[in-house]
Amino acid sequence: MNGFTFIEAKSPGAKERRKMTETEKEEITTKYIVISSDKVLPSDAAMKIYESEFPVTVKETCFGLIVSGAKNDVQAVVEEIRQLDKNHIFVKDRGFPPGDERRCRASRGGGPRPGFHFLREEVKMLPAIGAALDELEIKEHVKEKCKTKCKLKTSDLDKIIKEELAR
Amino acid sequence: MSFLAKVFIYPLNSLILADLVERFGHKPLTVMSQIREKVTSLSLDSPPINITPEDPKLGLKYAAIEVPAGVRGRMSLMGPLVEQAEAAIIVENPPADFGCVGCNRTNELVKYLIRSKGVPVLEVKYPESDEEARDFVNKIAEFLETLPKEKPEEEEKAGEKESSEEEVKE
Repeated sequence: MNGFTFIEAKSPGAKERRKMTETEKEEITTKYIVISSDKVLPSDAAMKIYESEFPVTVKETCFGLIVSGAKNDVQAVVEEIRQLDKNHIFVKDRGFPPGDERRCRASRGGGPRPGFHFLREEVKMLPAIGAALDELEIKEHVKEKCKTKCKLKTSDLDKIIKEELAR
Repeated sequence: MSFLAKVFIYPLNSLILADLVERFGHKPLTVMSQIREKVTSLSLDSPPINITPEDPKLGLKYAAIEVPAGVRGRMSLMGPLVEQAEAAIIVENPPADFGCVGCNRTNELVKYLIRSKGVPVLEVKYPESDEEARDFVNKIAEFLETLPKEKPEEEEKAGEKESSEEEVKE
Protein backbone atom coordinates (compact mmCIF):
# COMPACT_ATOMS: atom_id res chain seq x y z
CA MET A 1 0.00 0.00 0.00
CA ASN A 2 2.69 2.44 1.07
CA GLY A 3 4.77 1.61 -1.97
CA PHE A 4 1.89 2.38 -4.23
CA THR A 5 1.29 5.74 -2.55
CA PHE A 6 4.96 6.56 -2.99
CA ILE A 7 4.79 5.82 -6.70
CA GLU A 8 1.64 7.91 -7.02
CA ALA A 9 3.36 10.81 -5.29
CA LYS A 10 6.26 10.54 -7.74
CA SER A 11 4.04 10.40 -10.81
CA PRO A 12 0.54 11.78 -10.37
CA GLY A 13 -0.67 10.05 -13.55
CA ALA A 14 -0.03 6.58 -12.07
CA LYS A 15 -3.46 6.25 -10.54
CA GLU A 16 -5.16 7.27 -13.78
CA ARG A 17 -3.02 4.81 -15.75
CA ARG A 18 -3.89 2.06 -13.30
CA LYS A 19 -7.61 2.85 -13.66
CA MET A 20 -7.27 2.80 -17.46
CA THR A 21 -5.52 -0.56 -17.31
CA GLU A 22 -8.25 -1.95 -15.08
CA THR A 23 -11.04 -0.78 -17.38
CA GLU A 24 -9.25 -2.19 -20.41
CA LYS A 25 -8.82 -5.48 -18.61
CA GLU A 26 -12.51 -5.57 -17.70
CA GLU A 27 -13.74 -4.77 -21.13
CA ILE A 28 -12.36 -7.76 -23.03
CA THR A 29 -14.44 -10.88 -22.48
CA THR A 30 -14.72 -14.22 -24.20
CA LYS A 31 -17.81 -16.40 -24.31
CA TYR A 32 -18.69 -19.84 -25.58
CA ILE A 33 -21.94 -20.12 -27.51
CA VAL A 34 -22.91 -23.79 -27.55
CA ILE A 35 -25.57 -24.63 -30.11
CA SER A 36 -27.77 -27.68 -29.62
CA SER A 37 -30.52 -26.70 -32.00
CA ASP A 38 -32.28 -28.39 -34.93
CA LYS A 39 -32.89 -25.03 -36.58
CA VAL A 40 -29.59 -23.17 -36.14
CA LEU A 41 -26.12 -24.29 -37.19
CA PRO A 42 -22.89 -22.74 -35.89
CA SER A 43 -22.27 -21.34 -39.38
CA ASP A 44 -25.70 -19.61 -39.36
CA ALA A 45 -24.90 -18.04 -36.02
CA ALA A 46 -21.48 -16.94 -37.29
CA MET A 47 -23.08 -15.34 -40.36
CA LYS A 48 -25.57 -13.56 -38.11
CA ILE A 49 -22.67 -12.08 -36.15
CA TYR A 50 -20.87 -10.96 -39.31
CA GLU A 51 -24.09 -9.27 -40.43
CA SER A 52 -24.52 -7.52 -37.09
CA GLU A 53 -21.24 -5.58 -37.64
CA PHE A 54 -20.18 -5.70 -33.99
CA PRO A 55 -16.39 -5.49 -33.63
CA VAL A 56 -15.93 -8.95 -32.10
CA THR A 57 -13.70 -11.91 -32.93
CA VAL A 58 -15.62 -15.05 -33.84
CA LYS A 59 -14.22 -18.56 -33.98
CA GLU A 60 -16.40 -21.38 -35.25
CA THR A 61 -16.02 -24.71 -33.48
CA CYS A 62 -17.63 -28.14 -33.65
CA PHE A 63 -20.03 -27.33 -30.80
CA GLY A 64 -20.75 -23.68 -31.60
CA LEU A 65 -18.82 -20.45 -31.44
CA ILE A 66 -16.26 -18.61 -29.39
CA VAL A 67 -16.89 -14.86 -29.33
CA SER A 68 -14.37 -12.41 -27.96
CA GLY A 69 -14.37 -8.63 -27.74
CA ALA A 70 -15.50 -5.67 -25.67
CA LYS A 71 -17.87 -6.70 -22.89
CA ASN A 72 -20.90 -4.76 -24.13
CA ASP A 73 -20.44 -5.87 -27.74
CA VAL A 74 -20.11 -9.52 -26.73
CA GLN A 75 -23.21 -9.26 -24.54
CA ALA A 76 -25.21 -7.72 -27.38
CA VAL A 77 -24.04 -10.37 -29.85
CA VAL A 78 -24.81 -13.18 -27.42
CA GLU A 79 -28.35 -11.90 -26.83
CA GLU A 80 -28.91 -11.63 -30.56
CA ILE A 81 -27.71 -15.18 -31.18
CA ARG A 82 -29.67 -16.55 -28.25
CA GLN A 83 -32.89 -15.19 -29.77
CA LEU A 84 -32.40 -17.46 -32.80
CA ASP A 85 -33.45 -20.45 -30.66
CA LYS A 86 -33.36 -19.32 -27.07
CA ASN A 87 -33.98 -22.64 -25.33
CA HIS A 88 -31.40 -24.55 -27.35
CA ILE A 89 -28.49 -22.11 -27.40
CA PHE A 90 -26.36 -22.05 -24.26
CA VAL A 91 -23.74 -19.56 -23.21
CA LYS A 92 -20.89 -19.55 -20.74
CA ASP A 93 -17.80 -17.49 -20.02
CA ARG A 94 -14.32 -18.50 -21.06
CA GLY A 95 -11.15 -17.49 -19.24
CA PHE A 96 -8.64 -17.71 -22.07
CA PRO A 97 -9.00 -15.65 -25.26
CA PRO A 98 -9.61 -17.64 -28.49
CA GLY A 99 -6.48 -19.09 -30.07
CA ASP A 100 -4.43 -18.53 -26.92
CA GLU A 101 -1.13 -20.42 -27.26
CA ARG A 102 -1.43 -21.86 -23.77
CA ARG A 103 -4.69 -23.59 -24.68
CA CYS A 104 -4.90 -23.81 -28.49
CA ARG A 105 -4.17 -27.34 -29.65
CA ALA A 106 -2.38 -26.08 -32.74
CA SER A 107 0.53 -25.01 -30.54
CA ARG A 108 0.18 -27.89 -28.07
CA GLY A 109 0.71 -30.72 -30.55
CA GLY A 110 -2.92 -31.77 -31.08
CA GLY A 111 -5.41 -33.54 -28.84
CA PRO A 112 -8.40 -32.00 -27.12
CA ARG A 113 -7.66 -28.87 -25.14
CA PRO A 114 -7.98 -28.99 -21.34
CA GLY A 115 -11.58 -28.35 -20.37
CA PHE A 116 -13.06 -29.85 -23.53
CA HIS A 117 -13.85 -33.21 -21.91
CA PHE A 118 -16.27 -31.71 -19.41
CA LEU A 119 -17.86 -29.51 -22.06
CA ARG A 120 -18.36 -32.55 -24.30
CA GLU A 121 -20.10 -34.44 -21.49
CA GLU A 122 -22.41 -31.51 -20.83
CA VAL A 123 -23.14 -31.00 -24.53
CA LYS A 124 -24.58 -34.53 -24.59
CA MET A 125 -27.18 -33.45 -22.00
CA LEU A 126 -28.20 -30.25 -23.79
CA PRO A 127 -31.04 -31.70 -25.93
CA ALA A 128 -32.79 -32.91 -22.74
CA ILE A 129 -32.17 -29.58 -20.98
CA GLY A 130 -33.46 -27.69 -24.03
CA ALA A 131 -36.64 -29.79 -24.11
CA ALA A 132 -37.14 -29.17 -20.38
CA LEU A 133 -36.78 -25.42 -20.93
CA ASP A 134 -39.34 -25.61 -23.74
CA GLU A 135 -41.80 -27.32 -21.40
CA LEU A 136 -41.17 -24.79 -18.68
CA GLU A 137 -41.86 -21.98 -21.11
CA ILE A 138 -45.13 -23.58 -22.23
CA LYS A 139 -46.19 -24.06 -18.60
CA GLU A 140 -45.53 -20.42 -17.80
CA HIS A 141 -47.39 -19.39 -20.94
CA VAL A 142 -50.38 -21.50 -19.88
CA LYS A 143 -50.18 -20.12 -16.31
CA GLU A 144 -50.28 -16.57 -17.60
CA LYS A 145 -53.27 -17.41 -19.73
CA CYS A 146 -55.00 -19.14 -16.81
CA LYS A 147 -54.67 -15.97 -14.77
CA THR A 148 -56.91 -14.16 -17.24
CA LYS A 149 -59.44 -17.06 -17.09
CA CYS A 150 -60.06 -17.29 -20.79
CA LYS A 151 -60.99 -20.39 -22.76
CA LEU A 152 -58.25 -22.54 -24.27
CA LYS A 153 -57.94 -21.80 -27.95
CA THR A 154 -58.20 -24.75 -30.32
CA SER A 155 -54.89 -23.74 -31.93
CA ASP A 156 -53.16 -23.93 -28.52
CA LEU A 157 -54.74 -27.30 -27.81
CA ASP A 158 -53.60 -28.49 -31.21
CA LYS A 159 -50.03 -27.34 -30.41
CA ILE A 160 -50.01 -29.14 -27.06
CA ILE A 161 -51.30 -32.38 -28.60
CA LYS A 162 -48.70 -32.24 -31.38
CA GLU A 163 -45.88 -31.64 -28.90
CA GLU A 164 -47.05 -34.51 -26.71
CA LEU A 165 -47.22 -36.84 -29.72
CA ALA A 166 -43.81 -35.75 -31.01
CA ARG A 167 -42.13 -36.77 -27.71
CA MET B 1 -29.48 -0.06 -10.96
CA SER B 2 -30.86 -3.42 -9.95
CA PHE B 3 -28.56 -5.95 -8.32
CA LEU B 4 -28.72 -9.66 -8.98
CA ALA B 5 -28.02 -12.45 -6.54
CA LYS B 6 -24.55 -13.93 -6.92
CA VAL B 7 -25.07 -17.64 -7.27
CA PHE B 8 -22.21 -20.04 -6.59
CA ILE B 9 -22.33 -23.07 -8.86
CA TYR B 10 -20.68 -26.46 -8.49
CA PRO B 11 -19.09 -27.70 -10.78
CA LEU B 12 -17.58 -24.25 -11.07
CA ASN B 13 -17.08 -24.44 -14.83
CA SER B 14 -20.46 -25.93 -15.72
CA LEU B 15 -22.01 -24.69 -18.96
CA ILE B 16 -25.52 -25.81 -18.03
CA LEU B 17 -25.53 -24.23 -14.57
CA ALA B 18 -23.89 -20.98 -15.68
CA ASP B 19 -26.41 -20.65 -18.50
CA LEU B 20 -29.45 -21.46 -16.35
CA VAL B 21 -28.44 -19.03 -13.62
CA GLU B 22 -27.92 -16.24 -16.15
CA ARG B 23 -31.11 -17.16 -18.00
CA PHE B 24 -33.18 -16.75 -14.83
CA GLY B 25 -31.72 -13.34 -14.13
CA HIS B 26 -28.90 -13.90 -11.66
CA LYS B 27 -25.12 -13.77 -11.76
CA PRO B 28 -23.25 -17.09 -11.80
CA LEU B 29 -19.94 -17.20 -9.92
CA THR B 30 -17.69 -19.22 -12.19
CA VAL B 31 -14.04 -20.11 -12.12
CA MET B 32 -13.66 -18.84 -15.69
CA SER B 33 -13.95 -15.23 -14.58
CA GLN B 34 -11.21 -15.82 -11.99
CA ILE B 35 -8.98 -17.49 -14.59
CA ARG B 36 -9.57 -14.62 -17.02
CA GLU B 37 -8.35 -12.09 -14.51
CA LYS B 38 -5.24 -14.14 -13.97
CA VAL B 39 -4.26 -15.02 -17.53
CA THR B 40 -5.05 -11.70 -19.17
CA SER B 41 -3.42 -9.54 -16.52
CA LEU B 42 -1.80 -6.58 -18.27
CA SER B 43 0.48 -5.89 -15.34
CA LEU B 44 2.56 -8.99 -16.11
CA ASP B 45 4.91 -9.31 -19.07
CA SER B 46 4.18 -13.00 -19.51
CA PRO B 47 0.92 -13.96 -17.80
CA PRO B 48 1.05 -17.45 -16.29
CA ILE B 49 -0.82 -20.51 -17.51
CA ASN B 50 -3.06 -20.37 -14.48
CA ILE B 51 -1.43 -20.82 -11.07
CA THR B 52 1.69 -18.99 -9.87
CA PRO B 53 3.90 -19.91 -6.87
CA GLU B 54 2.18 -17.07 -4.99
CA ASP B 55 -1.26 -18.71 -5.16
CA PRO B 56 -0.68 -21.56 -2.69
CA LYS B 57 0.31 -18.86 -0.19
CA LEU B 58 -3.00 -17.06 -0.78
CA GLY B 59 -4.75 -20.40 -0.38
CA LEU B 60 -3.52 -20.57 3.22
CA LYS B 61 -6.57 -18.51 4.10
CA TYR B 62 -8.75 -21.53 3.37
CA ALA B 63 -6.55 -24.58 4.03
CA ALA B 64 -3.70 -25.40 6.40
CA ILE B 65 -0.03 -25.59 5.41
CA GLU B 66 -0.10 -29.42 5.50
CA VAL B 67 -2.69 -29.47 2.74
CA PRO B 68 -1.18 -30.12 -0.72
CA ALA B 69 -0.16 -27.06 -2.72
CA GLY B 70 -2.57 -28.08 -5.49
CA VAL B 71 -5.52 -27.69 -3.14
CA ARG B 72 -4.29 -24.36 -1.81
CA GLY B 73 -3.57 -23.08 -5.32
CA ARG B 74 -7.06 -23.97 -6.46
CA MET B 75 -8.55 -22.47 -3.31
CA SER B 76 -6.91 -19.13 -4.11
CA LEU B 77 -9.19 -19.04 -7.16
CA MET B 78 -12.31 -20.66 -5.72
CA GLY B 79 -12.20 -19.25 -2.18
CA PRO B 80 -13.08 -15.68 -3.22
CA LEU B 81 -16.10 -17.07 -5.09
CA VAL B 82 -17.33 -18.80 -1.92
CA GLU B 83 -16.95 -15.52 -0.04
CA GLN B 84 -19.05 -13.62 -2.61
CA ALA B 85 -21.81 -16.24 -2.80
CA GLU B 86 -25.35 -15.25 -1.83
CA ALA B 87 -26.83 -18.60 -2.86
CA ALA B 88 -25.48 -21.87 -4.22
CA ILE B 89 -26.41 -24.70 -6.53
CA ILE B 90 -24.46 -27.90 -5.98
CA VAL B 91 -24.81 -30.67 -8.53
CA GLU B 92 -23.60 -34.09 -7.45
CA ASN B 93 -22.16 -36.84 -9.65
CA PRO B 94 -20.74 -34.58 -12.39
CA PRO B 95 -19.93 -36.58 -15.54
CA ALA B 96 -16.23 -35.73 -15.54
CA ASP B 97 -13.80 -33.81 -13.39
CA PHE B 98 -10.83 -32.38 -15.26
CA GLY B 99 -8.56 -29.36 -15.08
CA CYS B 100 -9.53 -26.70 -12.56
CA VAL B 101 -12.20 -28.95 -10.99
CA GLY B 102 -10.06 -32.09 -11.19
CA CYS B 103 -9.06 -32.24 -7.53
CA ASN B 104 -11.55 -34.06 -5.34
CA ARG B 105 -10.11 -32.74 -2.08
CA THR B 106 -10.58 -29.15 -3.27
CA ASN B 107 -14.10 -29.96 -4.39
CA GLU B 108 -14.94 -31.41 -0.98
CA LEU B 109 -13.49 -28.37 0.78
CA VAL B 110 -15.36 -25.94 -1.48
CA LYS B 111 -18.65 -27.78 -0.90
CA TYR B 112 -18.04 -27.86 2.85
CA LEU B 113 -17.31 -24.12 2.95
CA ILE B 114 -20.40 -23.19 0.96
CA ARG B 115 -22.67 -25.44 3.02
CA SER B 116 -21.33 -24.03 6.28
CA LYS B 117 -21.67 -20.45 5.07
CA GLY B 118 -25.41 -20.43 5.72
CA VAL B 119 -26.61 -19.22 2.33
CA PRO B 120 -29.53 -20.98 0.59
CA VAL B 121 -28.20 -24.10 -1.11
CA LEU B 122 -29.90 -26.29 -3.70
CA GLU B 123 -28.49 -29.78 -4.12
CA VAL B 124 -29.46 -31.76 -7.21
CA LYS B 125 -28.03 -34.55 -9.34
CA TYR B 126 -26.92 -34.42 -12.94
CA PRO B 127 -29.76 -35.69 -15.14
CA GLU B 128 -29.40 -38.99 -16.98
CA SER B 129 -32.79 -39.09 -18.70
CA ASP B 130 -35.34 -36.67 -20.15
CA GLU B 131 -37.54 -36.87 -17.08
CA GLU B 132 -34.63 -36.23 -14.76
CA ALA B 133 -33.64 -33.28 -16.94
CA ARG B 134 -37.16 -31.87 -16.55
CA ASP B 135 -36.99 -32.17 -12.76
CA PHE B 136 -33.47 -30.73 -12.77
CA VAL B 137 -34.51 -27.61 -14.70
CA ASN B 138 -37.74 -27.17 -12.71
CA LYS B 139 -35.95 -27.40 -9.36
CA ILE B 140 -33.30 -24.90 -10.43
CA ALA B 141 -35.92 -22.52 -11.88
CA GLU B 142 -37.99 -22.65 -8.67
CA PHE B 143 -34.90 -22.12 -6.51
CA LEU B 144 -33.72 -19.15 -8.56
CA GLU B 145 -37.17 -17.57 -8.49
CA THR B 146 -37.10 -17.55 -4.70
CA LEU B 147 -33.90 -15.49 -4.66
CA PRO B 148 -34.22 -11.71 -4.44
CA LYS B 149 -33.62 -10.04 -7.78
CA GLU B 150 -33.11 -6.58 -6.36
CA LYS B 151 -31.23 -5.62 -3.24
CA PRO B 152 -32.73 -3.03 -0.91
CA GLU B 153 -31.39 0.46 -1.58
CA GLU B 154 -29.76 0.67 1.86
CA GLU B 155 -27.54 -2.34 1.15
CA GLU B 156 -26.66 -0.97 -2.26
CA LYS B 157 -25.63 2.38 -0.73
CA ALA B 158 -23.63 0.62 1.98
CA GLY B 159 -21.77 -1.36 -0.69
CA GLU B 160 -21.00 1.81 -2.60
CA LYS B 161 -19.72 3.49 0.57
CA GLU B 162 -17.44 0.56 1.35
CA SER B 163 -15.95 0.57 -2.13
CA SER B 164 -15.34 4.33 -2.03
CA GLU B 165 -13.66 3.98 1.37
CA GLU B 166 -11.39 1.28 -0.04
CA GLU B 167 -10.41 3.57 -2.90
CA VAL B 168 -9.55 6.35 -0.49
CA LYS B 169 -7.38 3.95 1.54
CA GLU B 170 -5.46 2.94 -1.58
